[in-house]
Amino acid sequence: MTAAIPTLAASMHSMAGVFAALLPQDGLSSAELGTRDLVIQATYLIAAVLFILGLRSLTRPAQARLGMQQAAFGMLFAVIGTLLNAHILTYQYIIIGLVVGAIIGYPMAMKVPMTAMPQFIAFSHAFGAIAATLVGIVEYRHSFTMGMDGMMPGMSSGVAAAIGFEVLFGALTVTGSFMAFGKLQELITGRPITFPGQNAFNITLIGVALISLGVLIYNPDTAWAFYTIVGLGFFLGVSMVLPIGGGDMPVVISLLNSYAGLAASATGFAIGNNVLIIAGALEGAGGFILSIIMSKAMNRSFANIIFGAFGSAPSSKGKDAGPAKEPKTISVEDAATQLAYAGSVVIIPGYGMAVAQAQHVCRELHELVEKHGGKVSYAIHPVAGRMPGHLNVILSEAGIDYGALLTDVEDANRVLQTADIAVIIGANDIVNPDAEDDKASPLYGMPIFRPWTSKVSFVVKRGKGTGFSGVENPLFTKDNTFMIYGDAKGVLGNLIKEIKALDEGH
Amino acid sequence: MLQIFQLYVFILAGFVGFIVIQRVPPLLHTPLMSATNAISGISLVGAIVAAGGRYGKLSTILGMIAVICAATNVVAGFLITDRMLAMFKGQQKGGAAPAPGQGVK
Repeated sequence: MTAAIPTLAASMHSMAGVFAALLPQDGLSSAELGTRDLVIQATYLIAAVLFILGLRSLTRPAQARLGMQQAAFGMLFAVIGTLLNAHILTYQYIIIGLVVGAIIGYPMAMKVPMTAMPQFIAFSHAFGAIAATLVGIVEYRHSFTMGMDGMMPGMSSGVAAAIGFEVLFGALTVTGSFMAFGKLQELITGRPITFPGQNAFNITLIGVALISLGVLIYNPDTAWAFYTIVGLGFFLGVSMVLPIGGGDMPVVISLLNSYAGLAASATGFAIGNNVLIIAGALEGAGGFILSIIMSKAMNRSFANIIFGAFGSAPSSKGKDAGPAKEPKTISVEDAATQLAYAGSVVIIPGYGMAVAQAQHVCRELHELVEKHGGKVSYAIHPVAGRMPGHLNVILSEAGIDYGALLTDVEDANRVLQTADIAVIIGANDIVNPDAEDDKASPLYGMPIFRPWTSKVSFVVKRGKGTGFSGVENPLFTKDNTFMIYGDAKGVLGNLIKEIKALDEGH
Repeated sequence: MLQIFQLYVFILAGFVGFIVIQRVPPLLHTPLMSATNAISGISLVGAIVAAGGRYGKLSTILGMIAVICAATNVVAGFLITDRMLAMFKGQQKGGAAPAPGQGVK
């Protein structure tokens, strides 16, 4: 990283020179313009460095908050720097836009519940992408009319390529994010929506978009090609996200994260702005890394991620179960007694816990078990929840120390081996032994937790149905597994009551 | 030539991003995503130029909408990141959580 910064600085410096030559010379002397431009570029450089440092601070939880606050200041610098730009002639629309944006953004950020974080992020991606797409359209219209009037040489092929990519990724992210938002908010069914020939249809659309892009690069004045790309981008966002099931949302959100970054980067190429290129590349890389991590955690192939939609959720039913064993149940009283005397407890939460809003009662139970001398930790699967790391946020919101969160599957499995009790709350596929034992299972190969290696495991579950993927879970019929049916919040609340009653009884 | 410089910047920034972000622990993956999302709200810079450049009425309106969207993205993105990061506590000694949203502009 240290090696990259001088290089960035050097290329930014030479860019500043290139820019000074490109700026119009109306009124201001070239020396004055040069100084002003240097100031602008300096604010961009500061912003870029603060962004990178901000992301780096996220490697250590204790410093993350400060680092990201500094990154926010970086953004402020960049905005102030941009306001000095000699191209800007009127400020009223900018100020209106900034004020309205802040008025919309502030309450949104302060009110959104942590369980709704994936929807919120999807929404935010859509907003950023709308901005990138509109900037692309304005830039294209501008240079198009300028070129027609002969006031400026028309757009170069390089810029046309950048603008083409910008609106393609931008438009795709806008509608894709809104679809993801709809699925997460359950405005649209979470099930994959498919029709025969869907893949061929999508590939054709992508093909047409790429051909239009080629036409645009060959002749940047081809307005129809430009608007075809915009339209197809919007359409592709819908048709690529619709066939993806709700359970695959962590991958989709990560992928849209990456696309939003690429759109921002392409904007930077189009308007010749390095800080946009850098920020976009950072987001592009982040989203890409997260998509890979998510897909590994779900055991989906790499090509499957790149093309996102081209694989829908595994729908096959696995093996035909033989004579089905009935899962055993345990009464809340007995479970409470065992928890009160347990030396070590591992809680494995799934999205079901977040849905039931059970994180706060979970912390209460956690504290109660610790008061009785037990040690409590949490095994958090990478794909638990609806976006990467979602359950960590939800448990932290409840005030649970992040030191108790085991986010590595192997580490968690080691702890589970010596644990007295594993408590599975609202999770299913991430504890399905078929992922290791049954080659025919659609989950086969997915890294999972092994709660059956603990002395006993309790499964808190709403009903007897199967999980997200519709696959039977043989964990439930293992000899040391006991089911507690009911709403997670209610069950945990009853467990707390019973443990407290136990204390009073003695 | 300009595009070559830009490509340099893009590829180097991509590498930096990869190296830095790969080391972010799974614990902070959600804040990571909201952080990169907030940072890419830097499209605001392009939107500001589009809205203030007197490129014609339609362009100005589109530019203003772009500023609204990008500003929403930036403000909401940084605030929510801060709100989340304030929740991650390593030791449970610290009493009440500090008020979320402090210090972010």
